[in-house]
Amino acid sequence: MRKSRHTLKSPEQELRIFRARALLAAVLVVGLTGLLMGRLAYLQVVKHEVFITRSEKNRVRVEPLPPTRGLIYDRNGVLLAENRPTYNLTLVRERVEDLDATLDRLVEILALSPEEAEAFRVRSRQRQRPFQPALLMSDLDERQIARLAVNRHLLPGVEVEAQLLRYYPDAEMMAHALGYVGRINAEELERLDPGRYAGTHFIGKTGVERFYESELHGEAGLRKVETNARGRVLRELGRTDPVPGKDLTLTLDKELQRLAFELLDGRRGAIVAIEPASGEILALVSAPGFDSNQFVTGIDVASYRGLQEDLDLPLYNRAIRGHYPPGSTIKPFLALAGLKEGVITPDTTIYDPGYYQLPNDSRRYRNWLRWGHGRVDMERSIAVSNNTYYYTLAHDLGIDRIHANMTDFGFGTRVAHDVFGESDALMPSRDWKRGRFNQPWYPGETLSVGIGQGYWQITPLQLATATAVLANRGDWVKPRLAKGLGDDPVPTALPETPEDITLANEGWWDRVFSGMEKVISGHEGTARRTGVGLEYRMGGKSGTAQVFSLGQDEKYNAEELAERLRDHALFMAFAPIEAPQIAVAVIVENAGGGSTHAAHLARAMTDAWLLDEEEPDVESLREELEEDDGRVAGN
Amino acid sequence: MALSDLTRPWRPRPVKAPVSGMRRRRGLWERLHLDPWLLGMLLLLMGAGLVVMYSASGQRLEVVTAQGIRFGVALAVMAVIARFSPATMMRWALPAYLLGVIMLVAVELVGDMGMGAQRWLVIPGVIRFQPSELMKLAMPLMVAAYLSRRELPPRLRDLAVCALIIGVPVVLIARQPDLGTSLLVAASAVFVVLLAGIAWRIIAVLAALAASALPLLWMNMHDYQRRRVLTFLDPDSDPLGAGWNIIQSTTAIGSGGVLGKGWLEGTQSQLEFLPERHTDFIVAVLGEEFGLVGMLAFLVLYLLIVCRGLWLAAEAQETFGRLLAGSLILTFFIYVFVNVGMVSGILPVVGVPLPLVSYGGTSSVTLMAGFGILMAIHAHRRLLPR
Repeated sequence: MRKSRHTLKSPEQELRIFRARALLAAVLVVGLTGLLMGRLAYLQVVKHEVFITRSEKNRVRVEPLPPTRGLIYDRNGVLLAENRPTYNLTLVRERVEDLDATLDRLVEILALSPEEAEAFRVRSRQRQRPFQPALLMSDLDERQIARLAVNRHLLPGVEVEAQLLRYYPDAEMMAHALGYVGRINAEELERLDPGRYAGTHFIGKTGVERFYESELHGEAGLRKVETNARGRVLRELGRTDPVPGKDLTLTLDKELQRLAFELLDGRRGAIVAIEPASGEILALVSAPGFDSNQFVTGIDVASYRGLQEDLDLPLYNRAIRGHYPPGSTIKPFLALAGLKEGVITPDTTIYDPGYYQLPNDSRRYRNWLRWGHGRVDMERSIAVSNNTYYYTLAHDLGIDRIHANMTDFGFGTRVAHDVFGESDALMPSRDWKRGRFNQPWYPGETLSVGIGQGYWQITPLQLATATAVLANRGDWVKPRLAKGLGDDPVPTALPETPEDITLANEGWWDRVFSGMEKVISGHEGTARRTGVGLEYRMGGKSGTAQVFSLGQDEKYNAEELAERLRDHALFMAFAPIEAPQIAVAVIVENAGGGSTHAAHLARAMTDAWLLDEEEPDVESLREELEEDDGRVAGN
Repeated sequence: MALSDLTRPWRPRPVKAPVSGMRRRRGLWERLHLDPWLLGMLLLLMGAGLVVMYSASGQRLEVVTAQGIRFGVALAVMAVIARFSPATMMRWALPAYLLGVIMLVAVELVGDMGMGAQRWLVIPGVIRFQPSELMKLAMPLMVAAYLSRRELPPRLRDLAVCALIIGVPVVLIARQPDLGTSLLVAASAVFVVLLAGIAWRIIAVLAALAASALPLLWMNMHDYQRRRVLTFLDPDSDPLGAGWNIIQSTTAIGSGGVLGKGWLEGTQSQLEFLPERHTDFIVAVLGEEFGLVGMLAFLVLYLLIVCRGLWLAAEAQETFGRLLAGSLILTFFIYVFVNVGMVSGILPVVGVPLPLVSYGGTSSVTLMAGFGILMAIHAHRRLLPR
């Protein structure tokens, strides 16, 4: 090729160069086309199997169909927990063009407060599987739904989703008995069967909602759908319908529950009522209650802190977890233990000088009546709640026999069949004390136990259960909350029921009952004021539990401190004596003596259950109670 | 010049005088200034493209109709342009180029945002226009016009002028930002320079320079552009973000197999797993529904069109025509290669449509205008008096 720099244009040379280059270009074009063909052959022949599988997965998606949660009714078919259709605001981030602008617009449309708006933004940023809707807000009201609908064209990727949400119509008084459902947390997600819970957002956290979770929940269904890449369902290819959860009928009576809740009147305390023959729990109230509906949608931090820091501990289920010294309420049980062990007969008497002394010990263990009750037999010991009689009995029985007999009544054990989170409280024993304190058991401690103080702690549920067993003349029933599941009644015979308690003489039960009847109806009964106008035979026993210590929180003001140092009032009762239909345990914290501050409540409960009357007048009862206030009553 | 030695045995045939051209009545095609072979293949391509389009658009006939109308317009544009002589085009070169640059500057200042990039120039109520489309034609026209007046092979000074001519619009388009189009526009000009016979050692030096400039380019890239490159290197790193397109399109193509799933039967395409399935990613629909056989048929058709185009270019009598025609047809091929390469996952995702198959009016018209130029160059060759 000639390279003369100053020659004029040479058309021939230019043509030659061009054709050489064009030929080269053609070769390159063929080569590159060959490369493309090779690539396509690789994808479509060599890797075909891989891609055909992947495309199949892409096209068909399995979508869970969450089951409808079973409803919960009381024993009369009154709805206690329902599923309310609600509307949630969801957002698919992949479909939102400008997240910040969209959120700003939503805050404006929904008229959210700055705090709500902030929580809103945080939720929108939470990690989510691609193309899965993120839940921004639950339970939109109609106004918000309407405003969203109007502005929908401005909000691509934002959806209002219908969802069934648990709702408790009588949340506050039912909260502790029913428990509540809440969002499935990470920990629960680990242990749950992903198939069963596919598409479910809520799970029973406490109470029967927790205990009967598997029955209430049901089985998730599935549907195979064809979708596009945006997740939009194009058509359904097949489906397995979900099996809805079973409806649960409880043994609770809503009206009795309401009465118990109102009787407690916001005071700290608990009332448990059981039908002795069946063990059916008629009422299970812990006060104060709380609005369990808050926990369904997710409680906000401030409200939760409020509940947690409330000195009255509204979240604390006193009925099944509250530990109280039983006080004198256990005297009938100890008398029965004495009878059973042959330590006493119903006619055994002691002389009460107002105190008891252990042999070779100068310390005087005092009766609540300083000058003593004089000659006391078993029935009178119950009626007047004589301490000296029970110091003597406890000493004669010894802690080992007390422990064994009280355990037979269920103290120190979990008594119920289907109550979630029940505590076994504490029935002290030598072994327990050695294990706990590495100390031997001292005889003086037996005396404390003899009047229901010392280490002994019970739950209201245990007390009610023991009362029911006593009312049954020793026949054990495990308390239970479920009456029917779906259309099937829950079987009455329960496994692992403790052994029945038998006495050498069946008539001795009557003698104990007689003592308990005198508590209410006798002329010197501790709760004789409660027995005024009683239309049936009722047996009961008052108790006053000393509050030994208080949390060392120095911030309590004096008034508060004084109030919280007052004794707990307890009462246990059953009626009618000849054919018991209800056994009740009442505990009112820091109320004072049990005979005055708890017995009325027990009477109101039995009245309501046994008499075909109008609801008892809670107001007049309250007035009566206030009248009694300040009076020192024997326990 | 080893390569030119290689080409020496091949002697270009002297340009044939039209066989009794002056005496015989000119044929229909000659009178129309159209090349029947090329036109036939283009029509075949368009027709096949419309068939694929029907499936890719989700069986929306109105989309196919709209595309058909655009093809009609494009064919008309081609036929009109084919009537102009290369000399006229050469005169247009500078004004067209300057107009293009001015409009690109205008876009920079007042352009309308579309799809996250500033590419459109809108005269309200009149027209929405992408100046970069004009540049696709004006650029090779300008460079070819310039070089054809110079002594060839081009010397360094000429190359420097070319670099300036190329550089200004390419940078302006890249700033929109539209890296894909700017590279294609640059390529069309570079093809002119290459065909003009730029010395291999200069090519080598420029290639080395370009390679060393790559980090600089990387630093000036927008985030989404970098992401595309990174995603191309490893699509699975972001399977639902930027890698989604590549994964979905390769899945669609791969699942098509040898014979394909059949027209309208592509599960990936029909179920909208494919993004932009009737525009840039239409190849995935093609590959899925017509399989390897269909893909090869299309590629062979493209290959024939390019070969025919190169042949027409080689037969041109004037250097200007040769350079321009060669550049246009090679650019056409680059579109095909980049698009198919992108969709099949051997090139990063750049917004390049599949010529005459992807939905889109402007690109079809631009491409057919290019073929019009090609045919004009070929037709006017015969009409030149010897």
